[in-house]
Amino acid sequence: MSPHELPKVAQGVSRRRFVRALGTFAGSGLWWASGRPGGVPQPLWGAGRCGAPSPYSEATGEEVAMSRSLDAVETDPAIAGRPLVRYPEKTDLILLTSRPPQLETPKRYFAHAITPNEAFFVRYHILPIPTSVDLATWRLKLGGVVDKPLELSMDDLKTKFEKASVVAVNQCSGNGRSRFAPRVFGGQWGDGAMGNAEWTGARLRDILTAAVPKPDAVEVTFNGLDEPTAPSVPDFVKSLRVAHIVDDPDVLVAYEMNGQALPMLNGFPARLVVPGWYSTYWVKNLSEITVLDHEFDGFWMKTAYRIPDTPCGCVEPGSKPARTVPINRMNVKSVIASPADGTHARVGDVLKIEGVAFDGGYGVTEVFVSSDGGATWQSAELGRDFGRYSFREWSCGLKAQRPGPLRLMVRAVNRVGESQPAEPLWNPAGYLRNVVDHVDIQVM
Amino acid sequence: MKIGRLVCGLTLGLGLAVTVCLTARAAEKSIKLPDDNVMAQLKPGPYVEVVRGNCSACHSTDYIVRQPASDAKKWEAEVQKMIKVYGAPITEADAKAIVEYLATAYGEAGGKEKEVKKQ
Repeated sequence: MSPHELPKVAQGVSRRRFVRALGTFAGSGLWWASGRPGGVPQPLWGAGRCGAPSPYSEATGEEVAMSRSLDAVETDPAIAGRPLVRYPEKTDLILLTSRPPQLETPKRYFAHAITPNEAFFVRYHILPIPTSVDLATWRLKLGGVVDKPLELSMDDLKTKFEKASVVAVNQCSGNGRSRFAPRVFGGQWGDGAMGNAEWTGARLRDILTAAVPKPDAVEVTFNGLDEPTAPSVPDFVKSLRVAHIVDDPDVLVAYEMNGQALPMLNGFPARLVVPGWYSTYWVKNLSEITVLDHEFDGFWMKTAYRIPDTPCGCVEPGSKPARTVPINRMNVKSVIASPADGTHARVGDVLKIEGVAFDGGYGVTEVFVSSDGGATWQSAELGRDFGRYSFREWSCGLKAQRPGPLRLMVRAVNRVGESQPAEPLWNPAGYLRNVVDHVDIQVM
Repeated sequence: MKIGRLVCGLTLGLGLAVTVCLTARAAEKSIKLPDDNVMAQLKPGPYVEVVRGNCSACHSTDYIVRQPASDAKKWEAEVQKMIKVYGAPITEADAKAIVEYLATAYGEAGGKEKEVKKQ
């Protein structure tokens, strides 16, 4: 089965069809990485629901603190050898690159729906990046094909427009790129180029309306305070369609993140929030909005951040797409935050398997966990619903019944029946990775 | 907006001190970024200084050492992308030396088997 055929199976809108698809995958043996000794192991648990308490309840005592004999930073090849660093306003994050800075969130944070500001990942494209902003002089300028150009201070943003909030996932297009096979050039992220926060600010459509766009306005561009190293380097500018901004009241110019001012490295004093879309559009340290009467043809839209123009955004591994389109809405994804890869447990231990799941805005409705290579799937408990753009916590309590290696897998389904592929999708830029996540643990 | 008194915090990371300054009314925010990652040193080899001199102008060397091991053709494409797409001001002679270094130090064979050709 070629990778680009897989999503068709998972795109079925009915639950029944999805479950049937799971059975097909399990039967084909595609769930397991090739070369695993001993083939598909016997199921350790039957089908049904997880016996997990709500992720918001206190520990019952039945759950055990699993001994982590090895740290995930050391066992995961995606992040092996990368130091933990502490940047201004941030906690210890996994360093990808220092200049421009790219910092990754350790996976254990994804046991919780809200990612703390200090643990939120960082990604810049060009140098220099802003390291000092004075609100006395900072202005958000809005110009182009409008009747009333604006120059807004932070006070203007906070007092002239209704305050709006949305909980939304911000995920880098290239999250997981280091796991692509064949490998591709670009930021070699593990799984931590994502986070989820409550964003608060002014609705972009309210700001746009205040500027009174001319009737021929079609696109809007966004520029931040980061600047190109040399005039020959393309400035980081992104665009959205006017219709997107007008239709979606959750597109914000956010000045708060989880109730606090934004960290400098996450976009102080304001950033664009485009719920459901990859973070390349969430322009940080926002300073300039321009309304255009034509399609924007800047480098970061026309050349970079493009995906194959196919239903899955993927092509045969190693091949080139015939046509491409700008990357846009996120696909369905789920990750296992705990236990960490390489964890040791004992027979009889009740493992609390937990993580988050999300998609591009339909909302995750079900999460399934497997401990037998995908032969059987159990329905996980879902945590509080923070809205359709948010991480959804899930958890699953399973008893380790026999010694040996154990692979835990997770797969989410959204409101329209879309799910995750059993085999990774591939594209030349290393985007859209959402293959079923797994961790390997040892039962002693 | 009135600018308040500066309050600076000091934290330690990677052995380097970094500071965050905020005014009392949060009207101004300043940070100081750490130096480049000392753990991302380029492998020694001919032309390593050419690589450092050109590439480090726009990005730290961890951008290089983290990339997948690649043959000369792929590294050539990457260097040309930096020149033609990102506008890196690299001379033709330097570009040739950079590709030779990268294909050797970060080649598909891991950089051990191949000998660097001298000019």
